Amino acid sequence: MTVNGWLQILLFLALIFAVTKPMGVFMARVFSRERTFMDPVLRPVERLLYRITGVDEDHEMRWTEYAIAMLLFSVVSMIVLYLMERLQGFLPFNPQKFGAVTPVHLAFNTAASFTTNTNWQAYAGESTMSYFTQMAGLAYHNFASAAVGIALAIAFIRGIARRQMETIGNFWVDLVRSCLWVLLPFCVVGALLLVSQGVVQNLRPYDKAALVEPQQVQTTGADGKTVTTTVTEQTIAQGPVASQEIIKEFGTNGGGFFNANSAHPFENPTPFSNLIELFSIFTIGAGLTYTLGRMTGSQRHGWAVWSAMAILFLAGVTVAYWAEARGNPLMAGTDQHASAVQAGGNMEGKEVRFGIANSALFATVTTDASCGAINGWHDSYTPLGGMVPLVNIMLSEVIFGGVGAGMYGMLIYVVLAVFIAGLMVGRTPEYLGKKIEAYDVKMAMLVALVFPLVILTFTAISSVKGFGTSSIANPGPHGLSEMLYAFTSGAGNNGSAFGGLNANTLWYNTTMGLTMLAGRFLMIIPMLAIAGNLARKKYVPPSLGTFPVTTPLFTVLLIGVILIVGALTFFPALSLGPILEHLLMAAGKTF
Amino acid sequence: MKKNFITAFLMTIATTVLLGIIYPLVVTGLAQVLFPRQANGQLIKKDGKVIGSRIIGQAFSGPGYFHSRPSAVGYDATNSNGSQLGPTNHQLIERVKGDVATLQAENPGQPVPIDLVTASASGLDPEISPAAAEFQVRRIARARGLSADEVRRLVQQHTQLRQFGFLGEPRVNVLELNLSLDAIRSGASRATN
Repeated sequence: MTVNGWLQILLFLALIFAVTKPMGVFMARVFSRERTFMDPVLRPVERLLYRITGVDEDHEMRWTEYAIAMLLFSVVSMIVLYLMERLQGFLPFNPQKFGAVTPVHLAFNTAASFTTNTNWQAYAGESTMSYFTQMAGLAYHNFASAAVGIALAIAFIRGIARRQMETIGNFWVDLVRSCLWVLLPFCVVGALLLVSQGVVQNLRPYDKAALVEPQQVQTTGADGKTVTTTVTEQTIAQGPVASQEIIKEFGTNGGGFFNANSAHPFENPTPFSNLIELFSIFTIGAGLTYTLGRMTGSQRHGWAVWSAMAILFLAGVTVAYWAEARGNPLMAGTDQHASAVQAGGNMEGKEVRFGIANSALFATVTTDASCGAINGWHDSYTPLGGMVPLVNIMLSEVIFGGVGAGMYGMLIYVVLAVFIAGLMVGRTPEYLGKKIEAYDVKMAMLVALVFPLVILTFTAISSVKGFGTSSIANPGPHGLSEMLYAFTSGAGNNGSAFGGLNANTLWYNTTMGLTMLAGRFLMIIPMLAIAGNLARKKYVPPSLGTFPVTTPLFTVLLIGVILIVGALTFFPALSLGPILEHLLMAAGKTF
Repeated sequence: MKKNFITAFLMTIATTVLLGIIYPLVVTGLAQVLFPRQANGQLIKKDGKVIGSRIIGQAFSGPGYFHSRPSAVGYDATNSNGSQLGPTNHQLIERVKGDVATLQAENPGQPVPIDLVTASASGLDPEISPAAAEFQVRRIARARGLSADEVRRLVQQHTQLRQFGFLGEPRVNVLELNLSLDAIRSGASRATN
């Protein structure tokens, strides 16, 4: 670990601290339908959208109608994406003449993946998807699924803030305002900044370059004979990347235009583009803590939640950076020391321009949030370095978190924390003036249980069946980590992977598709039920017996609940995967 | 329910047109006007023909060229990927051991800079660390009949420091460095950006 590395990490956290308030105030205004400086441009577009789609913007929805509207939108837009993938051969912007996405289970998996804000990718973008599918299918869903997430978080916050009301807002209005005010303007500016760094943005066919030094390549043919061929050309994949890149991070989606995601030089060419992408991932999640404080009238509560997130972020990045900087003791004869002329550490699956600090930071940030973009392959991280992203997802990605999803995930933990505090002092728990009762806690526990149930069940089946284990790329305990990571990533709607696992099989495409849908919608519905129930309740003024949710004590309790509920559920699985591998690596064992 | 269903359908279509078609096309237009070189991949041309992108790595194997990092995909820029080998996979450890042995033949006894024997994440990493460049200087000087200091000076010219003085890591662009080596040999015919 170097001073410069820590400087970069702390600078990043300082930037997130600085953006929290302006972003939070802005979102509070947008969703309270107050005036903002962008109204002259965006209001006419908004009105036009409502006229086309028949939305009455003053209509208020109960939680059930809100949930139904959200589900209908998700189903319809998922089907449209599926059809687009299958029909891309007949659609425009396809200079490479890609045919339909096959097999059918891959197209289903991808449609489920992008609709649920997961962006798990069992395909390689540059050899599968037309520019049209990338723009109007995949990048579009990056906007849509992010907007759905933000809308839901706002609905939950309204549930806490409102008193004796039956409704929690209008889904269509929240969706449209998320897209137009929160996402779109930032993306236009951010995309152009990324282009200035070298992220490509064009609709050209792939370029052919004549290699400076033609290469002899030996390949083993089907008959087992080694054939030497001379490669004289490099085909360079192009595309409308920047416009997709920025929403991929800002909407915490994570699905790369290219297979190598944000490690690809055309997606993330410089350390500055890397910083822009990191910043984009956390901006909305951090801002929503301020929105929470503002809309519920308890700004200090917002900051208490922010602090819990920041502490967990620092803990994760410290472990990941330490583990990766130590390097791999099995690589004898190499120089892994950090110095002025090299980053050192474990550089397998990492890029020179990012080195160790920025790779460890990216892995932590992308899994703290439910982003899943990567700038280095988590599969090749050291056992403990790779465990940090895995544990981050297992904690339900509430550390700043996915856009919206992180906020409502965190609020479930807050409900549990308040409940546990109530049990300890023997009083009915209250949260910001609302009594937390049996119904709320039952729903919160439902959310907390669905998640490990899906992950552990599918991982267990995969690890004892041939159709599961045959996809493993790395034997030994690492193989279990690969499968565990896949289902954790799917259920957490993260989308990053231990990429060695061959996930493009009938078993994984189908179960991962179902896992992603369960991880999204089986969480959202109980969460909306809590929101609806809270909105209905009377306000109870705080008394001496109320456990305050604005203090450092609350922050500590919240962190404790997150760690106990989240991590202990998975400790047995972790000890057989990354922890065992770490011990064996130290003992010099390979597989 | 029925009304919301119709709205869901119309909303999907309307927002797809706005965010899935108009937005990327507007950004493409702006990018092509404001940053045409970057937006098209910073292609390098020589005698009118494309010979590569400044930021996409190429493989080099001759003794007179600086070598790029190992690539799991042979620098195939339509198939970006890393090795996906885990830290305790014997394939990884054997591969590194073999590469270390080959490289140490150039500089006996010297530990090899780690980035020179580890596969990059993209398989297209255009850069190596300054340490990895220095490790190769003597081989290139010998193969090209240059002095080690001449080669070192070229390396220094192509060393990019941390961006704004503190972001990222220092690095050397392999393709540009090799093109400038070729420019010394052939004198006039320089590559143009």
